[in-house]
Amino acid sequence: MNAYAGDVAALARKDLLLEVRSRDTLPAMLLFVVSALTIFHFALPSGSSERAETGLLWIAIVFTALLGLTRAFAAEREGGVLDGLVLAPCDRSAIWLGKTIGLTVFLVLAELVALPAFALFFHPLSWDLVAAVALADIGIASIGTLLAAIAAASRARELLLPLLFLPLAIPVVIGGVGASIASDPGSFLGFLILYDGVFAILSWASFEYVITE
Amino acid sequence: MSTSLLSRHGRGPSPRFGPLFAAAALALLVGGFALAFYWAPEDADQGFSQKIFYLHVPIALTAYACFGWGAWKALRLLWTGERRYDLESYTAIHMGLIFGLLTLVTGSIWAKISWGQWWTWGERQLVLFLILFLFYSSYFMLRYSTDPGPRRERNSAVYALFGVVLIPVSFLAVRIAGTILHPTIFTHEGADLPWQMLVAFLVCLAGMLSLAATLYRVELTGKRIDASLRELRELLA
Repeated sequence: MNAYAGDVAALARKDLLLEVRSRDTLPAMLLFVVSALTIFHFALPSGSSERAETGLLWIAIVFTALLGLTRAFAAEREGGVLDGLVLAPCDRSAIWLGKTIGLTVFLVLAELVALPAFALFFHPLSWDLVAAVALADIGIASIGTLLAAIAAASRARELLLPLLFLPLAIPVVIGGVGASIASDPGSFLGFLILYDGVFAILSWASFEYVITE
Repeated sequence: MSTSLLSRHGRGPSPRFGPLFAAAALALLVGGFALAFYWAPEDADQGFSQKIFYLHVPIALTAYACFGWGAWKALRLLWTGERRYDLESYTAIHMGLIFGLLTLVTGSIWAKISWGQWWTWGERQLVLFLILFLFYSSYFMLRYSTDPGPRRERNSAVYALFGVVLIPVSFLAVRIAGTILHPTIFTHEGADLPWQMLVAFLVCLAGMLSLAATLYRVELTGKRIDASLRELRELLA
């Protein structure tokens, strides 16, 4: 178990270090989410309700995550790292967990900019919304890592990933928007926890089949 | 050589039972609709238009059955690594997608007759089938854009397993969303069905399942021949 945690930590550190050095993904995500929020301001007619604005915030979050996911296995593919990782004497699910942790960190960093920007541009945030975003990040990173690995094996990678991801993201959006605007957000937060748990376990268990040549 | 190629995709379903399934589907569907139209009482609220219930709901349940069957075959593929399960899972999901599309169409017709709108977000089953339709259409995109081989078989199997988990999760999501986002005003389900309606419904359901089984067998045979032929052609080229 200790060795497993060590493998996961090493793999997550590799992703974060790679990003710190190359700055490939995160600046793009930040710029994208702020641009999207700016567009939403002009897309919404003046006098739109706060509920509509909150809904658009969730669209921005999902699409920003998608942008990060498209790049998730780019470095591995270009550098031929994946073969090395598969050959490495570690459990393959550790690759999934390390990558998921790395992606969650990216998402949280992107939202540390996106949520204050949203509060500045539109209206103040509730704690329920912040909690829902944090829970959604875990779910998005869990299924996103697995789907990105599936899409990386196909010819139409960048095209395929959104198609695979968006139907699975619909429950996240339902739970997130519900937790943000409902007067009783408890059931929606509970649903997000359930979603995270179910799909994290499923992705963790099935990643080995996706990554093996 | 040809036998080894064929056996790689599995032996075909025994041809003896094929006509049996087809005959059962025909008899049960004709009988079921006859019961539904001439024997089961008319619904007190919706009148004659409620008869589409005997078509819409069996089709929807058959779609679920096909998706479940496809996921079971996908699980078998991952479990045993036998390649023949790939085509079986693919065929089942292919059938599920066709029945899912029919569910959307018949549900839409029902919504138009009952409420005057072709589409209503308040109807949970329709929304759920829209999500599933999008999901399983992506399954086809995944298959078409990945090169044939063990990698595609396993990736498709994992995605099919995600689908069968997505069904209850989406069901729950659409349900809790209905409490706040889109309040459900109309419901199809009455308190309880009269027993004549239930009998007619069950016969229709059995007929629809037999129809799905027949189509599954025909399609599976076709897909197997197609796959074997393609491999044979590659060997000869």
